Amino acid sequence: MDLDVAILSRIQFAFTVSFHIIFPSITIGLATLIAIWEGLWLKTHNPYYLQLAKFWIKPFAITFGMGVVSGIVLSYEFGTNFSKFSEMTGAVLGPLMAYEVLTAFFMEAGFLGVMLFGWQRVGRKLHYFSTLVVMLGTWVSSFWIIVANSWMQTPTGHKIVDGKFEVESWMAVIFNPSMPYRLTHMVVASFITATFVVAGICAYYLLKKKHIPFAKKGLSMCMWFALVLTPLQAWIGDLHGLNVKEHQPTKLAAMEGIWPAQEENVPLLLFAMPNMKTESNDYELGIPNLGSLILTHSWDGAVQGLKAVPPEDRPNVPLVFWSFRVMVGIGFGMMGIAALALLLRRKGRLYENKAFLSLVTLFTPMGVIAVLAGWYVVEIGRQPWIVYNLVRTSEIVSPLPAERVLFTLTMFVIIYTLLIGVYLYFMGKLIKKGPPSMEALEQQLIGMKAPGYALAWVKTLQSKESHLHNQPTIVQGDK
Amino acid sequence: MDLALFYFLVLGFAIFMYVLLDGFDLGIGILYPWFNQEGERDHLMRSISHVWDGNETWLVFGGVVLFAAFPAAYAGIALTFYLPIMLMLFALIFRGVAFEYRFKSDTSRPYWDVAFSAGSAIAAFCQGMLLGAIVQGVPVGVESISSLHWLTPFSIFTGFSVMAGYALLAACYLFMKSRGRIQEHAAKLGKQLLMITVFAMIIVSVWTVANQVDIRQRWFSGLNFLWLSPLPIITLVVAVLAWRDLNRHSADIVRHEGRPFWYAATLFLLGFAGLVVGLFPYLIPRQLTFMEAASPDSSLLFLLPGICIFVPLICAYTLWGYRVFAGKVEDYQEGY
Repeated sequence: MDLDVAILSRIQFAFTVSFHIIFPSITIGLATLIAIWEGLWLKTHNPYYLQLAKFWIKPFAITFGMGVVSGIVLSYEFGTNFSKFSEMTGAVLGPLMAYEVLTAFFMEAGFLGVMLFGWQRVGRKLHYFSTLVVMLGTWVSSFWIIVANSWMQTPTGHKIVDGKFEVESWMAVIFNPSMPYRLTHMVVASFITATFVVAGICAYYLLKKKHIPFAKKGLSMCMWFALVLTPLQAWIGDLHGLNVKEHQPTKLAAMEGIWPAQEENVPLLLFAMPNMKTESNDYELGIPNLGSLILTHSWDGAVQGLKAVPPEDRPNVPLVFWSFRVMVGIGFGMMGIAALALLLRRKGRLYENKAFLSLVTLFTPMGVIAVLAGWYVVEIGRQPWIVYNLVRTSEIVSPLPAERVLFTLTMFVIIYTLLIGVYLYFMGKLIKKGPPSMEALEQQLIGMKAPGYALAWVKTLQSKESHLHNQPTIVQGDK
Repeated sequence: MDLALFYFLVLGFAIFMYVLLDGFDLGIGILYPWFNQEGERDHLMRSISHVWDGNETWLVFGGVVLFAAFPAAYAGIALTFYLPIMLMLFALIFRGVAFEYRFKSDTSRPYWDVAFSAGSAIAAFCQGMLLGAIVQGVPVGVESISSLHWLTPFSIFTGFSVMAGYALLAACYLFMKSRGRIQEHAAKLGKQLLMITVFAMIIVSVWTVANQVDIRQRWFSGLNFLWLSPLPIITLVVAVLAWRDLNRHSADIVRHEGRPFWYAATLFLLGFAGLVVGLFPYLIPRQLTFMEAASPDSSLLFLLPGICIFVPLICAYTLWGYRVFAGKVEDYQEGY
């Protein structure tokens, strides 16, 4: 057969890692939001916070489960499909990933059981503590995996002995030049992703005129978060870009579609079809000098272009170029939504404006798409290197029989397509079902450890009958 | 102590923890076809839904310890056993998502039952097959990659043996966590599985000793057998004790519901010890020792504080997690 095992293995890894990143990019932010709501509930006793936490914990649980099963695959795929790579870099990347498992995976898994199933088994404070630990676990996990990835982008602190990497300074490996930017960019991206998922569903409820107080609370909070997070992300992204310019100039040139070895007066390209054969852009449309201004913070600053390196050292330019534009475009769209929300809020029409609510609903999955596009910029932009400027991807692929990889790749495509369908189906089902009613929340709060509760509950019911229009008061009632 | 040896022990600990913990929850899936009355499957699922994720993390931990401390062994094993590892991962995906979706499904529940049960069984079988192939000394590396050396009568037999062993752990776990009919049923299955597991252990031992010169010499040269004889003897004693506790009728005054699980765990520990005795110091038998495969000291030292601080901590909060959900599984919907 004419199949190239290198291409197949790379497609398989790209496919499985792309599938995986969807879920953590939601759960990191969602765990944080749930922790915020649960904390606010404990502090203010406002039952809507509990309702928000209790509702979103279900999508969180299935998203987390998807992340776990698709993540385990990755931890073995380094070895199966890139055995030479794992042998070369095991001494550097192995300990980083071992730390991830030790300080994050176990912690998340250990406390997730209590967070999901322990409401009636432990006290409120201990439950909240478990939620916080799960949240912290998602953060710590992203720290280690970003460290490992960033080292592959901007390797420092190592030496090469007999063709294998050894570490000279772990500080230099961990705090490699691009790590801080990539980490903050990714964590904030995840917060934004979750914010827009929640906002989108709340906007949907408002459009359908269902669960109105619940949805108002959620949407309002998320729009405040978005107002802070989206400009922050643009600023971090700009800093990250400057870092890429310094350490991975070829990647930056591909992102911006810059061909000449050295270009001054770089335009900001809005549209172009980078052509790798002619080494130029077709159908270019750009704003003169704005590129220089953004990249060098000066009107005619010079930037290194793609022709500064030989063709075999360049990534796939159109893919990087367009992925970058998709990410930035979505980012600006989100910033616009946050600004619009502020405007509508001041007019008192945040919850009524149908066009706005439809737009927010449309943006539910946009965070995930932006994260994927961003990772394509990072990973495709690093090619043809697996460890930047040191090891080529083509050198480290396992010499497996191509049919074997074709078989597993086909299986992954079938299984993951099925899974994403099932995931969306069950998400839809949860959304259709809506948040738990106040009565259900009340019943669930009958703790095993609160013997006096039943009495308190009856009293609340009696008081409710006398003021039927009142908000439920139970939630502080079972002390 | 020698750093590489320390990591060899850490790896052994990780594998044992994985086999013990994920063993009983994979075993629940293997036992699934024998529990099909109303509510029984809900009960089985509920008994492990809060712990399966933590249990499976030990598999990831084992993988990354191998990757970090012995990269050459990780690369060789993962490459050579490409298909059984991938098959195991596919199976684990299906059983993993079944936990979440089964409880939220109405019409699709039978499919999730199949995904959970078949996924668990196949994952267990693949693990057993990997074990058998490694013990047997399959040539590892690029040269032998295009053949399927790992597929032998022996590895197929160890595949089924591990399934039986996991099912035994699960039956003993259910005996501890359930009441009434499910408990009785678990005891009955447990007794059968105990017989099968012990029988399989004997066959695997004899088969290995008959075929592997090195292992035979280690066990039988000089006085070695005398020193090692406690292993098989204690194994048989523990099996008898487990049988007695599973066999008691509920009319007995004291019923030791938790004990069979610990006996079964001890059986696994002894079997594992027997394996290590046979294979030490090889990671890949007669091809790669742990000393040869070890990472440079700079890496092993860096990970050392992480292991020393976090592994005890992990054990502590894992134990706490189990204690929060101690006692019998309740038949009402708990939690979120």
